[in-house]
Amino acid sequence: MSSGLYNTRKTDFDTTLDLTRLKPYGDTMNDGKVQTSFTLPVKDDARGEEAARQIAKKMGLEEPNVAFHQALDKEFTFYVVYGSCVHTVNYEDIHVMTVESDVMTMEETNEYIQKNIGRKVVMVGASTGTDAHTVGIDAIMNRKGFAGHYGLERYDMIEAYNLGSQVPNEEFIRKGLELNADVLLVSQTVTQKDVHIQNMTEFIELLEAEGLRDRFVVICGGPRVSHELAKELGFDAGFGAGSYADDVASFAVTEMVKRGMK
Amino acid sequence: MESRLNLNLDLVAKARASAAKVADDVQEFIDAHTTVTVERAVCRLLGIDGVNDVDVPLPNVVVDHLQEKGILTGGAAFYVGNAMAEHHIDPQQVAERVSAGELDLSKVPAHSETEVRQAVAPVVEATLARINRNVGSRNDFLKKFGDKEGPYLYIIVATGNIYEDIVQAKAGAKQGADIIAVIRTTGQSLLDYVPYGATTEGFGGTYATQENFRLMRAALDEVGKEQGRYIRLCNYCSGLCMPEIAAMGALERLDVMLNDALYGILFRDINMQRTIIDQYFSRVINGYAGVIINTGEDNYLTTDDAIASAHTVLASQFLNEAFALRAGMREEQMGLGHAFEMDPEIENTFLYELAQAQMAREIFPKAPLKYMPPTKFMTGNIFRGHIQDALFNMVAILTGQKLQLLGMMTEAIHTPFMSDRALAIENAQYIFRTMKDLGAELTYKEGGIIQSRANEVLTKATDLLAEIEDLGLFTTIERGIFADVKRPKDGGKGLAGVVIKGAEYFNPFIELMKGKVAAQ
Repeated sequence: MSSGLYNTRKTDFDTTLDLTRLKPYGDTMNDGKVQTSFTLPVKDDARGEEAARQIAKKMGLEEPNVAFHQALDKEFTFYVVYGSCVHTVNYEDIHVMTVESDVMTMEETNEYIQKNIGRKVVMVGASTGTDAHTVGIDAIMNRKGFAGHYGLERYDMIEAYNLGSQVPNEEFIRKGLELNADVLLVSQTVTQKDVHIQNMTEFIELLEAEGLRDRFVVICGGPRVSHELAKELGFDAGFGAGSYADDVASFAVTEMVKRGMK
Repeated sequence: MESRLNLNLDLVAKARASAAKVADDVQEFIDAHTTVTVERAVCRLLGIDGVNDVDVPLPNVVVDHLQEKGILTGGAAFYVGNAMAEHHIDPQQVAERVSAGELDLSKVPAHSETEVRQAVAPVVEATLARINRNVGSRNDFLKKFGDKEGPYLYIIVATGNIYEDIVQAKAGAKQGADIIAVIRTTGQSLLDYVPYGATTEGFGGTYATQENFRLMRAALDEVGKEQGRYIRLCNYCSGLCMPEIAAMGALERLDVMLNDALYGILFRDINMQRTIIDQYFSRVINGYAGVIINTGEDNYLTTDDAIASAHTVLASQFLNEAFALRAGMREEQMGLGHAFEMDPEIENTFLYELAQAQMAREIFPKAPLKYMPPTKFMTGNIFRGHIQDALFNMVAILTGQKLQLLGMMTEAIHTPFMSDRALAIENAQYIFRTMKDLGAELTYKEGGIIQSRANEVLTKATDLLAEIEDLGLFTTIERGIFADVKRPKDGGKGLAGVVIKGAEYFNPFIELMKGKVAAQ
């Protein structure tokens, strides 16, 4: 291992970028360098280290270098491994589903609502099911917003209701009807054992069973939510990490106009 | 510790007096009422345990029966004791007969208060003896191994399966953790009962059950003996079953409990009357069992802005202190909470965090402060996250925090891997070792950013407490002054479980436990 440690450069590969054969980049085009770390339930010795190296090879890492290993317990060892990934992907062939709406500022959204809807839009949000975390829905809804993006409560043309956490789906829908909501916002933070998927599926099924699916624009969000997942579950849109109130508001109001909701 | 912040001590005294007034006002209300979970806790302390054939815990069976018959106002101790006096059976047999439909506690001929008290006295004494033995064992361990100086490294396990939790907890303890918290399954706080037995299924955490407490306690004692350290066990004494969890913790020697006077109201939408009554008995029990409580002020900062709302944290710490004192708790047991939650993009936030942590240290000098790591501004960039956690650890060692909940670089991604915890412990140990006495070397510039920030927060907290003193606690919460959350006095969950105490009511455990510490 030590002989290779300071000589990570292999010179026999083509260093021109080819997007049909995309690879990770360390410090030279197409070197394929990646880092990974993991724990194996074995003791910290030479045999464990070799096991880590073999795991890395099976992950597609050439010349894996176990840079660090440390016992976490008698029968558990942590490894940091570097290697060169042998796999490539064709970037040209990749198409992903993202929310397609131009993101407007708060002022632009207010204007857009005035011009195209002509009344305040009612948005009701909650962290639903058993989820006790409000950090996501608060970041989108609370007046002060998050990371410099004002929350929906601050929008003049939006009437925002944040119902907080652990709101059962039935109650959330009932409250949405009671408040005459246009838009329902579902936040899911806890994702252990895919509890968020079960809960969001149940939510859409309930809406459909009551014939209410088209009554609302339905949006979900959370750190493990993607637009693709949201669409698959029957939502109009999904917003993952790094989304703010302006993203959500822009989509919601343009979707309303697109669907002729007045 | 001399004041490095040049705090205005008159304001500290004024704030403390306001909090005392608020707590005194509410105490009259507390003393006049009881709740279903308070009475279930009494049942548990009387030794009633187990479930019926449809898995309803027997303490619930008994208390539901009392409520159905309209006699919960008399309290479980009175009616269970009355049946004991009449039939010469123990509390468990009373519960089993009620469960079987063989005994109607409203139909048992009434014995005199003296007879009822005589019937329950031996059982009450046996329970107190058990708790005394538990506290005695903790003291013996601490005497033998010595207690940790500096911050306790506090980690969480949350696999959902108590047996898997044990594997993770033991590994964490061997890596250096001093406190292991078994986080509860999502939603348990809203269950109006405590599940029974060892459990292997939970979401985002593991059910708090007495058997799970016992299993984890045994595992931590085992690893503690091996390591020559006492490993503290922590659980969550919050939600709709606060006093029951406290009772179970006292019976199984838990050492630390999340136990906030207001948290359930604000963050779980539990009815405020219910929580205020429940928190009282839970703290009487925790006080007696020598448990360090953790209060939940850190939560204010995840919903509210950590810079603008810092004073609400301090105000709540004063209130939690006042309520804990009224439950007979010692300052050394009050793990008042706060958190490192400011936006890393803003200049000088490290100075503000330092100012506030030092302020809490100076205002609550005996309290083992609980310090919570960054969560709100953890992004999934684990490399920056590890540095955020390092800054958090630096503030802790500079200001003498005691219960240091270690930040995980994978916060906002997943429940921690075993390796995440190991790296977090390594991070903390490195900083606590190399900066051990740095705090004692520092003075803060007179009138500088740090001193000014602390005094500004103190001033605002004092003003807020004066306002709360005027409004009273219930109205304050109704107006959304804490954490920007509004809760109506008659809203939220659990109000149906609140009843006014009748003339025959007595709670032998409050009488014997309040203001005392077991085994002393």
